[in-house]
Amino acid sequence: MFTPGLYHILFISTALFFIGIYGFFTRRNLITVLMSVELVLNSVNLNFIAFNKYLWAGKLDGLFFTIFVIAIAAAEAAVAIAIIINLYRSHESIDVEKAGEMKF
Amino acid sequence: MLNETYLLLIPLLPLAGFVLLGLFGRKYFNSAKREAGIIGTLLLLTSAVLALYTAYEYFFEIGKVDGIYQKIIPFQFTWLEFSHGVSINMGAVIDPISVMMMVVITFVSLMVHIYSLGYMKGEERFSTYYSFLGLFTFSMLGLVMSSNIFQIYIFWELVGISSFLLIGFYYQKPSAVAACKKAFIVTRFADLGFLIGILILSFYSGTLDFHTLIERLTLPESSQFQNAVSSSFLGISALTWGVVLVFMGGAGKSAMLPFHIWLPDAMEGPTPVSALIHAATMVVAGVYLVARLFPAFALSAPGALELVAYVGALSALFAAIIACTQTDIKRVLAFSTISQIGFMMFALGVSNYDNGGLLGHSNLGYTASMFHLFTHAMFKALLFLGAGSVIHFMHSNEMKDMGGLRKHLPVTHITFLIACLAISGIPPFAGFFSKEEILLAASQNNLVVYGIGLITSGLTAFYMFRLYFSIFWSKAPSPHENVHGEGGFAMSLPLILLAIGATFAGFIPFGNFVSADGKPLETLFHWQFSVLPVVLGFAGIFTAMWMYKKENNLPDKMATSLGRFYKVAFHKFYFDELYEFITKKIIFNLIGKPAAWIDRNVVNGLVNATGNSTETLSGKIKGIQSGRVQQYAVYFLVATILVAVLFIYWWK
Repeated sequence: MFTPGLYHILFISTALFFIGIYGFFTRRNLITVLMSVELVLNSVNLNFIAFNKYLWAGKLDGLFFTIFVIAIAAAEAAVAIAIIINLYRSHESIDVEKAGEMKF
Repeated sequence: MLNETYLLLIPLLPLAGFVLLGLFGRKYFNSAKREAGIIGTLLLLTSAVLALYTAYEYFFEIGKVDGIYQKIIPFQFTWLEFSHGVSINMGAVIDPISVMMMVVITFVSLMVHIYSLGYMKGEERFSTYYSFLGLFTFSMLGLVMSSNIFQIYIFWELVGISSFLLIGFYYQKPSAVAACKKAFIVTRFADLGFLIGILILSFYSGTLDFHTLIERLTLPESSQFQNAVSSSFLGISALTWGVVLVFMGGAGKSAMLPFHIWLPDAMEGPTPVSALIHAATMVVAGVYLVARLFPAFALSAPGALELVAYVGALSALFAAIIACTQTDIKRVLAFSTISQIGFMMFALGVSNYDNGGLLGHSNLGYTASMFHLFTHAMFKALLFLGAGSVIHFMHSNEMKDMGGLRKHLPVTHITFLIACLAISGIPPFAGFFSKEEILLAASQNNLVVYGIGLITSGLTAFYMFRLYFSIFWSKAPSPHENVHGEGGFAMSLPLILLAIGATFAGFIPFGNFVSADGKPLETLFHWQFSVLPVVLGFAGIFTAMWMYKKENNLPDKMATSLGRFYKVAFHKFYFDELYEFITKKIIFNLIGKPAAWIDRNVVNGLVNATGNSTETLSGKIKGIQSGRVQQYAVYFLVATILVAVLFIYWWK
């Protein structure tokens, strides 16, 4: 049976990371942008878990970091959604391109 | 011991008047009822009584120890300490000259306060006027009481500013504005010398205190003295430079050559102010300053003292010549003031520190100078106040408009005559005694100065009686329409009091009280010596009578026969034009214009270039801040990658 090694997991996490970055740069809908950010964070989580399991199996540091990141991501999502709601109230839209007043 | 509370009250009461009238005068005091003036006068009356009491206490009760008048410092506190021993102290010094000055200042100022009640009646800024008078009196009293050379400088400037304010009192008049600026700038220029002089003297003596400074700079064995004498600049010792520069400040305030140009213009101020500031008190501050530092002049810098003598004598002569040609009565008096201050200056210049010292000369000159200061304050204030009455009556300053006023102004006429006799040195009026002492002192020391003094005293008699006859005789008494008398009791009382002073002040045995070293000075009266000056004085009077008593063409004839000389004197020896040439043509063109060019092009250019380049640059890069969030994210990513690359490949 095929057992995935470290490299497979790193490949997936890298793919997730760049999909996230791509979405972050190209999507116009703020909800999608937020989702892309979550993708980036989760790719990092994957890395932590993978390195912990394959390189330092007896330690828990990677696990703890992952839990931290999940907690932070939850808080971040709450803040981000609050911002999005406010933006919607003032602009009647959640398109990032529409909120372009903060310039020179 | 002197009680310091009432001593402090003498200058502080006028200051209180200044603050009170300056802050609340126009709003709360009724100027039609002259409330402000009455308050100011009462405060000054108290001050004057206290000053007289102090003088009595000092001269007759406590001042004398072993037959020598002591210098008493009733109180002193350190105001600003620079380093150990060098500090600016605020204190009072009580010695013969400061007490004498206090009496003169408070008395003349009181007279002027009373007089102004009549003269300035109906003036819109009546209370402002009185508050300025209070400020002036305070500063002048502070000046004479100063125990520290820097303290005297502070009050010196305060006196300057109050003079500025009062000359420019009629600020709607362009000539008054120009005059007050001129007075301020000319004296400020001289004060620059004074300040440098103070710095030199205090640098070499290591102190700012008058007493210590004089002590250190006059004892030949002290190290400070040797230091100051041995270091020299342009072949003249540092000590001499110091006192000469201090004298420069004094010459500026006292309107000596070549700084005299401001005083005639200062006559634009109200006449009582001219009497107080520009005749009796402030302009003698220079004489007082030299007298205060007299030991330093006499013992350590005889060259500087000689300079004082010649500057004084030349000023006396030049001013007297100019006074003979002027037609504005206040200007005649202004030049006469310069001339009389010249007398005081050269009297100091020909004096010695102690009796029978160097070459057997005496210190009579010092006493004579202070005596003349005292009597001059009386009769010159009287002359100005008399002139004020005339101007009040005529509404004109021009001698040509006047004549035959003796019927209209009897009190002014008599008192003016007394003052003229006093200034001409006719016995037994006050000026006679002081002028005889001055001439006697000069004849013992310096015959050139003595000769100049003699000629000047003859001229003095001539121009004063020219003024007198032109005002009160000359034409037939015209039926003057605008008869409002002499301005009432307030204006005639000071005239009468000052006339009493001008008549009897000469009988005070001044040498007993004031002398350079504090020892009583026996002033012998040599009647043989007095014959010549008195004869010259009478000659001047009779010439003036011959020329001006009846209206005739003699003055014009005289003027044409003197031709060019008359013209030059009439134009005040072209001093104003010379100054104008130097400032406008030389200083403005050679220094002012290049400086302005540098300011406009180099200094401003640098600042503008910085501003402009910043603006251009920011215009170019402002596109970065586009307001598009995702663009920022791209910048962030690119930067992160760059940093990562840096870390990975260059850090290692």
